[in-house]
Amino acid sequence: MRAMLHRVWALMLKEFLALLKDRRSRTVLIVPPLFQLMVFGYAATFDLNQVPYALYNQDAGLASRELVSYFDGSRNFRQVANLNSQERIGPMVRDGQVLMALVIHPHFSKDLLSGRPGRVQVIVDGRNSNTALVLLGYVQSVVNAFSRDWARENGGGALPAELEIRAWFNPNLESRWFIVPGIAGLLTLVVSLLVTSLSVAREREAGTFDQLLVTPLRPVEILLGKALPGMVIGFAEATAIIVAGTLWFDVPLLGSLPALYLGLFLFLLSALGVGLMISSFSATQQQSLLGTFLFMVPAVILSGFATPIANMPPAVQTMTLANPMRYFLVVVRKVFLEGAGMDVLWGQYWPMAVIGLTTLAAAGILFRHRMQ
Amino acid sequence: MSATPGKNHAPACSIQGVSRAFKLAGKPVQALDQVSAQVAHGAVTGLVGPDAAGKTTLMRLAVGLLLPDEGSISVLGVEVGQDPQRVQALVGYMPQRFGLYEDLTVKENLDLYADLRDLAPEDRPPRYAELLGMTGMEPFQDRLAGALSGGMKQKLGLACALVKPTEMLILDEPTVGVDPVSRRELWEIVYRLVESEGLSVLLSTSYLDEAERCQEVVLLHQGKVLGQGAPGEFSRRMRGKSFLVKSGQNNRRRLQSLLARGPGVVDSVIQGDGVRLVMDKAAPPDLSGLGDAMTGLQVREEEPRFEDGFLALMGGRRHESQEPELQLIQRGAEASKARDTVIEVEELTKRFGEFVAVDRISFQVKRGEVFGLLGANGAGKSTTFRMLCGLLPPSQGRLRVAGWDLRRAPARARASIGYMAQRFSLYGQLSVRDNLSFFASAYGLGGERRRRMIAWALDEFGLAEVAEAPSAELPLGFKQRLAMAAALMHGPEILFLDEPTSGVDPLARRDFWRRINALAEQKVTVLITTHHLEEAEYCDRMVVMDRGQILARGTPHEMKSRWVTPENPNPSMEDAFIALLEEHRAPKEAA
Repeated sequence: MRAMLHRVWALMLKEFLALLKDRRSRTVLIVPPLFQLMVFGYAATFDLNQVPYALYNQDAGLASRELVSYFDGSRNFRQVANLNSQERIGPMVRDGQVLMALVIHPHFSKDLLSGRPGRVQVIVDGRNSNTALVLLGYVQSVVNAFSRDWARENGGGALPAELEIRAWFNPNLESRWFIVPGIAGLLTLVVSLLVTSLSVAREREAGTFDQLLVTPLRPVEILLGKALPGMVIGFAEATAIIVAGTLWFDVPLLGSLPALYLGLFLFLLSALGVGLMISSFSATQQQSLLGTFLFMVPAVILSGFATPIANMPPAVQTMTLANPMRYFLVVVRKVFLEGAGMDVLWGQYWPMAVIGLTTLAAAGILFRHRMQ
Repeated sequence: MSATPGKNHAPACSIQGVSRAFKLAGKPVQALDQVSAQVAHGAVTGLVGPDAAGKTTLMRLAVGLLLPDEGSISVLGVEVGQDPQRVQALVGYMPQRFGLYEDLTVKENLDLYADLRDLAPEDRPPRYAELLGMTGMEPFQDRLAGALSGGMKQKLGLACALVKPTEMLILDEPTVGVDPVSRRELWEIVYRLVESEGLSVLLSTSYLDEAERCQEVVLLHQGKVLGQGAPGEFSRRMRGKSFLVKSGQNNRRRLQSLLARGPGVVDSVIQGDGVRLVMDKAAPPDLSGLGDAMTGLQVREEEPRFEDGFLALMGGRRHESQEPELQLIQRGAEASKARDTVIEVEELTKRFGEFVAVDRISFQVKRGEVFGLLGANGAGKSTTFRMLCGLLPPSQGRLRVAGWDLRRAPARARASIGYMAQRFSLYGQLSVRDNLSFFASAYGLGGERRRRMIAWALDEFGLAEVAEAPSAELPLGFKQRLAMAAALMHGPEILFLDEPTSGVDPLARRDFWRRINALAEQKVTVLITTHHLEEAEYCDRMVVMDRGQILARGTPHEMKSRWVTPENPNPSMEDAFIALLEEHRAPKEAA
């Protein structure tokens, strides 16, 4: 047993040396994930900030100016043009200079003062339906706020029904709170999968794999020695992202760390199992790279990272049950935003454990089989 | 062909005062130092030298892939430094690892190179027919390049380099890893080209018997030219200095190690049942110091070879300090399990689908024997080898290595063998020391013992000065020593060596065999595959394989004596090997 640990340790050490001594692979482990975290953290968001809009105010009254000031006061909007004709709206929206045009009716102030509803028209660029919907929501809330305040100040009575919104777990509905924990899952998967799936193929290409097989190292020890570095690197990578997410992106981490790390461990187990399976299939690094991407792209898209699993067709939803990332994303998000502990996460833990053990066992069998 | 090639032509390539330095592990290395040489028109010029002599660098400079620090090269009248593109269009160049696309067929590879070299479509069919005919590859046009044997790949590489008719051909070690039969064929092709197309050829080689086939030889050592001339000139200088010491008893290995230390001995190699010596002066060796054990010795003067001249020019330097003999730190209890036959193979068969790679072979190897597995590419040597090491399961038959079937053996049984893979597989990114450390640990060596063995390996194999360099950056000879050191760290009882001297220069080969002999003296069993037939001389016994079967077995003497004829009273190992293969293949080919 001690001899076995000694050998596995030696293999692990060698893997780390090979990864870290080579400047290129060292860079690949550190720079792209960091870069991606920064880019995704800032760029991958459903929130709209500083939406450029054009104003066509046909009303000279006070009320219309007040409405415009509500838009200008919101950081979601930025006025880039003040038009004086209807015709210019068309080209500006078409060319993408503005996402929206706000048209205020000539009698807006007069109507309001005489107790009639003022008329405001909003023209949105509907080419990206997602953006348009979000935008309309913003417009609605700005106009609502204006109406409420106007009514209160001018004694027009209360609005007939007012919706009071409280978003639990993410009071300001910041999509970054949703995205950044997801990135922890995404990047951990990419790095640990690549590290393990390439390492065996690299040895096959270099011819060192035979050399390894004739040493007293047993296949299971080789698997261990190849899997553990991926585990360690995956833990390090995930930790770095979690720290950056809480300290840099201010995502609250409310739940228990042990619950998060247990999930991470099981997630890595299944990622490594898949990585080792790929590497036992492939004879060259190119093949294993291809295999990694064949697995990774659907694993990310069908994980609920961006689009909810509940929106997918039932057959696809069933498929996602085999995707370890699906469970891990629930774990990170619950731990981060809901403050969940282990007790509520067992439903996510056990499927990952099953996937992990299955893939590792399959990798072991394929490994022996490939040596025939 | 005229004896003085290209007298009335300007040289095809003229190299003047060329120097070029590189960095190895951060330290500058002078790869070429004021090199001047000529490549005659319409002849084969050999660039001969040990590893890291600068051969490849010089060739890369000649085709403009590198620029010299100083000096100038002109090829076919074009200054390389001024117009490398034009030179590349004019010459055919085949680097050491020619860029064949393994997933393309033979024909598609030719098409690709024809496209790259701008060969007009109408010129292709006749040129292809010519090249495929010359290389004997017509039947294999639709075969994937990856599925060709080593020798065929080299021939295809040559055909691709020649796809556009050229006046000059530059070949970098074209015969490395190629079996003797294919090697002969490659040479025939080169000579036919020189004769029929008037090609000028510059080729590098570390096989000295090949140097003798060149019309001119440029001898390169440590970046300097030691001499240029016809190969005969080098051997003529050695007249009267070469001797064969014959012993009636079966103790040539012992005899060699004694003679090697004698005064005035430049070189000693085992040949037949005797030892061939090269002396520094034209006087027979002094045998008086050998003691009583060696009696009945006969000394005979030998015809000098190119190799003798080569060694005298550069070998003297290396042998100044006689390195100590390899002292393997033997393991205690486990090694003493007295067993006389260490490797037993019975009716061993390996099939890959329909293809029978190894066909019911049987042999035995005794403790302390150096046993050779010989054969052309694709003979089934490597497959046999891999089965013995437990890397491949046999389809049928029985095998025992140190009493175990290594595929099912416990970890500790594998610890009794050492394995040195083809191409000296090492972890390229890791330093020499880290490689040694990893293999020591993989074999269960720890703590003080590991430290001691690493120190021993660095010292014994001359690796101390490069201990911290990444092994990928080392010259081939160093890689070979490192691979051997890694295989020996745990003191194995049996050593498996797969093509351990492929591409390695003659000096490194001598070092290598000195170590193998020392190991055999210490009762380590050595199983070796090789293409170098002169090395078969060093084996105690051998089997020759072809197409999965054993054609012949016996001692080197037995192998050769079958082929003694009045015309060839002293057949070389290569003569015997080729005669054997021809005899075996002829009836099948006719059928």
